[in-house]
Amino acid sequence: MKFGIVVFPGTWSEKDTHHAVNGVLGQDAEYIWHGDEALDQYDAIVLPGGFSYGDFLRCGAIARFSPVMEAVIAFADRGGPVLGICNGFQVLCESGLLPGVLMRNDHLEFRCIWTDLKVENDSTMFTSNATKGQTLHIPMSHGEGNYQADAATIDRLESNGQVVFRYADAAGNVSPEVNPNGSINNIAGIVNERGNVMGMMPHPEKASEQLIGGDDGNVIFSSMIENFAKSLA
Amino acid sequence: MTVSQETLDEIALSRNEYEAIVDRLGREPEPLELGLFGALWSEHCGYKHTKALLRTLPSSSERLLVAPGAENAGVVDLGDGLSVCFKIESHNHPSAVEPFEGAATGVGGIIRDIFAMGARPIALLNSLRFGQPDDARTRYLLNGVIGGISSYGNCIGIPDVGGEIFFSDTYKGNPLVNAMCVGLIEDGKMASASAKEPGDLLLLVGADTGRDGIHGASGLASRSFEEQAEMRSAVQVGNPFLEKVLIEACLEALDLPGVVGLQDCGAAGITSAAIEMAERSGMGLKLLIDEVPRREEGMTPYEVMLSESQERMLLAVTPGQEGPVFDLFEKWDLDATVIGNFELGENVRIYDEGVEVTSTPVITLTDAPEYKFTGEKPQWLTDLQNADLSAVPMPSESPGATLLKMLAAPNIASRFPIYRQYDYHVQTNTVVEPGGDAAVLRLKGSKRGIAVSTDCNGRICYLDPEVGTAIAVAEACRNLSVTGAEPVALTDGLNFGNPETPDVQFQLTESIAGMSRAAEAFGIPIVSGNASMYNQSAGTDIFPTPIIGSLGLLEDVEKHSTAGFKSEGDLIVLLGTDSTWDDIDGLAGSEYLDLIHGKVEGQPKIDLDLEIRTQNVCREAIENGLVASGHDISDGGLAVAIAESAVIGEIGASINDAPGDRWDASMFGETQSRILLSTSSDNLSALEELAEYGNVPMTVIGTVGGDSLSFGSGGSISLSLADADDAWKNGFSRATAD
Repeated sequence: MKFGIVVFPGTWSEKDTHHAVNGVLGQDAEYIWHGDEALDQYDAIVLPGGFSYGDFLRCGAIARFSPVMEAVIAFADRGGPVLGICNGFQVLCESGLLPGVLMRNDHLEFRCIWTDLKVENDSTMFTSNATKGQTLHIPMSHGEGNYQADAATIDRLESNGQVVFRYADAAGNVSPEVNPNGSINNIAGIVNERGNVMGMMPHPEKASEQLIGGDDGNVIFSSMIENFAKSLA
Repeated sequence: MTVSQETLDEIALSRNEYEAIVDRLGREPEPLELGLFGALWSEHCGYKHTKALLRTLPSSSERLLVAPGAENAGVVDLGDGLSVCFKIESHNHPSAVEPFEGAATGVGGIIRDIFAMGARPIALLNSLRFGQPDDARTRYLLNGVIGGISSYGNCIGIPDVGGEIFFSDTYKGNPLVNAMCVGLIEDGKMASASAKEPGDLLLLVGADTGRDGIHGASGLASRSFEEQAEMRSAVQVGNPFLEKVLIEACLEALDLPGVVGLQDCGAAGITSAAIEMAERSGMGLKLLIDEVPRREEGMTPYEVMLSESQERMLLAVTPGQEGPVFDLFEKWDLDATVIGNFELGENVRIYDEGVEVTSTPVITLTDAPEYKFTGEKPQWLTDLQNADLSAVPMPSESPGATLLKMLAAPNIASRFPIYRQYDYHVQTNTVVEPGGDAAVLRLKGSKRGIAVSTDCNGRICYLDPEVGTAIAVAEACRNLSVTGAEPVALTDGLNFGNPETPDVQFQLTESIAGMSRAAEAFGIPIVSGNASMYNQSAGTDIFPTPIIGSLGLLEDVEKHSTAGFKSEGDLIVLLGTDSTWDDIDGLAGSEYLDLIHGKVEGQPKIDLDLEIRTQNVCREAIENGLVASGHDISDGGLAVAIAESAVIGEIGASINDAPGDRWDASMFGETQSRILLSTSSDNLSALEELAEYGNVPMTVIGTVGGDSLSFGSGGSISLSLADADDAWKNGFSRATAD
């Protein structure tokens, strides 16, 4: 499977993402410069974490105007898998590929901690290798991860099963105490209606090996890889 | 025409220094030249009071590729085609005036020093000092500094994995912000900070030049000051996004054949960067001041030369090969401008609109005067050292209550509330996260890893600068050894008071002697360093604070150890001593003595031979899989170390022997060279054999298990793990709450 990893000025998790999908999981992976617009050769696009454009104006607000984003939107419209991680999630919201917005953490601090994500939907192309109710131990590091949307949007996301991950404890209990940033309903990751675009604030690529604290993050990438393989068969 | 005292004060040069300039030039300097001298002959750039002493530090080893001082940072060969460079640098005075930007640009500055070597930065650490946190201004400084470090480091994508933070009255009004950066160099990609041939072009890349930071080196860093508000404009303002882009562009540029040299613009901006490049190249330099892109109108040549605008780098480029360089920087949306060229000759010649404004010999500018001194031990210090520690009264509270107080103390409590504001996962190399004795990072593509730490106990250095600095070196190495890493190199960040006074001169001389003695005993070089002088508040010098940054190597990163107890039934072992509890001498300079009794006194001691043997046995034990947990015994002594290992491991401990009558000294004494290990009972005899063979005393002191901490059978001293957990985990937030 060929992953395309978009690099905006100020992105820094592209190398970490490359290491996870290529170094650890052995897939093809290339970097896509923000000025490029040719995405046909890729089977999946990843918008990785970082501080694109220094988070000037709002996180992701400038990146979404990059030439590459038009191509990413077209890629998504064709049904191609698109994964946005942290700043990538922010860019997806800014560009309208996902609803809602990521605001400043409610406690106003940047927070770098391990989280336990409860899998709410195991039938997406990103979570088919997981089981509903399972928790994935994945770290987060952000200052603006507080997912917010109006009540109608939240209702729609919840009833459509578009909420993929929630912040929970290791046993899978969801509560305000384990909400690290104030996100409505502890939402940590969502998918679009069609199910081919997912955004998540925690970093699966940082949980790619036991040596660095755990490899639960690989569940997401391996789901993408298996679904791609199936689509070829 | 003679210069006014006011002018001299503004650039922090003494009249003697002015006369030396006149004497060496053979004439009075032009105003612009005077500005250049003020910058390059400042304490920060010129190292006037420390050069002679620093030369005595051991700086060679087979592993050393680049000697300290030759380039921006020393480079150590790790083998297998990989080298590492690291350095610690201070940004104290700017942080006292504008803590957020002062700390942020301190981080930015040290990062630039590292990638100027062609190294990719892989880790940051920061060693901080503040006054007591119950003071509102201190909390303002603390929050600003943490915010600045967080915002800069996180934005730029370099993990912040370690450091320390201590509070003491001595630093009130004069915080210390020492930032360390570690970078990796792949074989052959090391950059040089000099030009190759006469005619080589000098390019300025990155940010525009503005008026920020003028007199940052000469004004702020070279004298003490009380009127802080006025100096605000001398604090630089950082842009981490721009620096991130700059790192990528510069590292890529090093692959271009035309790029022969790279240098960062730090203290004293273009002045020090360009002129030091010329000196290293053994050439003269023609500078076209009007070519420098500016962000403000009406800047004078003086202002352009002295500006400390951040995120600017200088490149030396072979003429005729600058085309691809311009293309590369354009791709990254960065400015790149030719602002001069190197030439045969001895002078730096500054041109403005085609007219030569000044021409000054490079060596005269870079060869700042050296001040030598020995200093004399003051009587007050002898008195302090001879204090009768047995006269210290016992605390009124119980041992258990005192231990809880210690665990909650701002100098001991968990720093998680701080470091969770830093990204310590980015780059996916972090094997042991902040919160332990040292951070451990893996080196991708190999089995190996590195461990990094900083250390310095200002109280102990105050009580005995020679012994105290030797202890700082020992501790910085011990922090590495307890993770299993072998210390390979050190960097030093000197933070002292007014070097023109006999007391500080004594401290400096002794401190360097102690650093030297310890580094030689360990057989490791000091590869880089920094000196910050004139740290005072309300006219009093700070405790001498020579911060040691250490780097160690793990041949197999999987074979590392961490501080938390692991399993019920494991045996708790002390390495480096054969008695469980400490004695009265251990109270010298201890946290307990300061926290509970408000005293700083006593004679610190260290047996370096024992220390080294103890660390060797510790590492060997870890490598042989004989260690379940390893923790350094330092601030707060053994009782605190046991409590920390228990809380981190989420499991209790019982210690066989009760502390003696003098339980405070027993529990909280800080005698050196002791390491707290735990091991399974199966592994005990193998561990004992290693210790015996290595001639290191060792004793089994207790057992891991349960949900309480108890010292002495019969439960004489006991507290619940939950209480210890609460005190240690929440102590810092409580102490620093508004």
